[in-house]
Amino acid sequence: MTGQALFDKVWDAHRVLDREDGATLLWVDRHFVHEGSHHAFGKLDARGLPLRHPELTFGVADHYVPTRGREPASEAIARMVATLEANAARHRFRLFGLDDPRQGIVHVTGPEQGLTLPGLLVVCGDSHTSTHGALAAFAFGIGATEVAHVLATQTTWQKKPKRMRLRIEGATGPGVGAKDIALNWIARLGADGARGHAIEYAGAAVRALSVEGRLTLCNLSIEGGARCGMVAPDAVTLDWLKGRPYAPDGADWDSAAEAWTGLATDADAEFDREEVLDAAEIAPIVTWGTSPEDALPITGTIPDPARADGAAAERIRAALDYMGLSAGRPLIGTPVDQVFIGSCTNARIEDLRAAAAVLQGRQAKVPGLVSPGSRLVKLQAEAEGLDRIFTAAGLEWAGAGCSMCVGMNGDIVAPGKRCASTTNRNFRGRQGPGARTHLMSPAMVAAAAVTGTLTDVRPLLSGRAA
Amino acid sequence: MAGWTRHQGLAVGLPREGIDTDQLIPARFMSAPRSAGYGGFLLHDLRMDAAGRPDTDFPLNKPEAAGASILIARRNFGGGSSREAAVYALADAGFRVVAAPSFGDIFGANCVGNGLLPARVTEAEAERLLAAAPCRLTVDLETGTIAGCGDDIAFALDPVWRLKLINGWDDIDLTAAHAEAIDAFAAARRRDAPWAWPRAAG
Ligand code: SF4
Repeated sequence: MTGQALFDKVWDAHRVLDREDGATLLWVDRHFVHEGSHHAFGKLDARGLPLRHPELTFGVADHYVPTRGREPASEAIARMVATLEANAARHRFRLFGLDDPRQGIVHVTGPEQGLTLPGLLVVCGDSHTSTHGALAAFAFGIGATEVAHVLATQTTWQKKPKRMRLRIEGATGPGVGAKDIALNWIARLGADGARGHAIEYAGAAVRALSVEGRLTLCNLSIEGGARCGMVAPDAVTLDWLKGRPYAPDGADWDSAAEAWTGLATDADAEFDREEVLDAAEIAPIVTWGTSPEDALPITGTIPDPARADGAAAERIRAALDYMGLSAGRPLIGTPVDQVFIGSCTNARIEDLRAAAAVLQGRQAKVPGLVSPGSRLVKLQAEAEGLDRIFTAAGLEWAGAGCSMCVGMNGDIVAPGKRCASTTNRNFRGRQGPGARTHLMSPAMVAAAAVTGTLTDVRPLLSGRAA
Repeated sequence: MAGWTRHQGLAVGLPREGIDTDQLIPARFMSAPRSAGYGGFLLHDLRMDAAGRPDTDFPLNKPEAAGASILIARRNFGGGSSREAAVYALADAGFRVVAAPSFGDIFGANCVGNGLLPARVTEAEAERLLAAAPCRLTVDLETGTIAGCGDDIAFALDPVWRLKLINGWDDIDLTAAHAEAIDAFAAARRRDAPWAWPRAAG
């Protein structure tokens, strides 16, 4: 018998039963809900059903939370937050709400609180739930109908995805990190390149990443179309988790640690698909278009539709038109109007440190907003003095929430404005109608702030610890 | 939700790649209650110009697209955000079928939960349909075909999704039949992996 992959082991541990048609009923260990879950609670209420397992359900206010001042921008937004609070009170699940010191973006708060653990099945009505796979959880986003099903039954019907291993071998160069690795593979395989697959990230460059870096890498799995992304647990994982509020302790920790260690992919496990990247070849990356697959090394030139054909040419032309870019010009030197550092992709403490390392002692040439991923990240950043580096550089230090990632509460990029952003989606209108988003790492956004243009961060790092 | 096996309707083409769910419905509309109807939000920022007037060049705004219930598009349709509101917008605007070479996984599942068919066709077939639209098509879930535009086109669909669309199954009802098995599973997991339950912290 061949061995099992990490994904197989976690899948099997959650299999309640298999249906003849090929669907499997899976047990859900953690269910995160947020303001957007109101449709699902509405469905539950319409049937008069109770929340089946309140102790495994956790709410976080993030998408609609104001990050500048305490007042939501509109009544509709205030109502979204209030509805979540009402649902939490009525269904008796824990909520990290507006008044909670642990409030933050669900994909930051969940891991931070030790709610996300290796070997767990984690779902949330949000596509970036793939983030939690960094801790070796099988974690994926679901829609409102499925959220209602999980609320009512603590289970979900799923068809087993195919397994894909993405090995990133070797070591990344200075100024290159998890965001660059992720955008690199998405550019190579396409925004639907991993559709139908559960990715296991492996290889020396992945092992070398901190948990924060792994969270960034797994966060972007969905941008390549994957069902989920996972990293096998190792000493880095265990060190990071130990002592977190909701993580096991005492004898439970010991038995958990033993179980987790056994989750790693067996040496003779087989994958449906295997891809290998050389980390040494990865340069800092920026996107130029309106899909995360439209990504290139910062040293590259803007694609020319004349060199593509058919639908691809049309798409490049439309993207350049929307983005206000000229084919064939270098990416470096493209002026930006503003910057944003935040989101579930890149607003953890290491992300803020990486941006601060570039900004320290320098002035931003364009305005920008820095929104930490959670209130605890905010506190820690302030304890380290990072907030003062940002404000001294001329950037605004805001509260924790989804903020400009989703264009909420007036945290938007104005029509036609160009934003260097640490977020995960450069879709048309994502950061506001007509907004032009370039995705990149926190260090690269800091470099764009300092120069007012898309810039290679590497020369700016010389003589600095990043 | 009612099941269906055959749908006849007007097909309209949206010849674009990567129509993500942020385009299908921008986030700022998602606080509306469903009862308000989401059809007017569909593809809002593509259909309307900056002043909020309909862009008359946009395929869905053309008079010949009125009443369309089948949408044809290019690859990677419905990628991005898991927002089911994207499907509500399509369904409330009268769509029953979207045919494209590839779909976002979560979007596909959301479609099926709302009686909408995400029919996967090859790139060449999508181009053929785009060239023919607007036209009347017949989509058959039993035979897995799209008819009405030259030779019948076979579409790909997960067999689990096919059954669900045909039967109009509601998963919560189906799962209720397994309540005992689920409770037994939970008890066993609690015993074997007590660490999987959150430690009662503050
Ligand atoms: S930060 Fe952005 S991507 Fe992440 S959960 Fe919030 S809206 Fe979604």
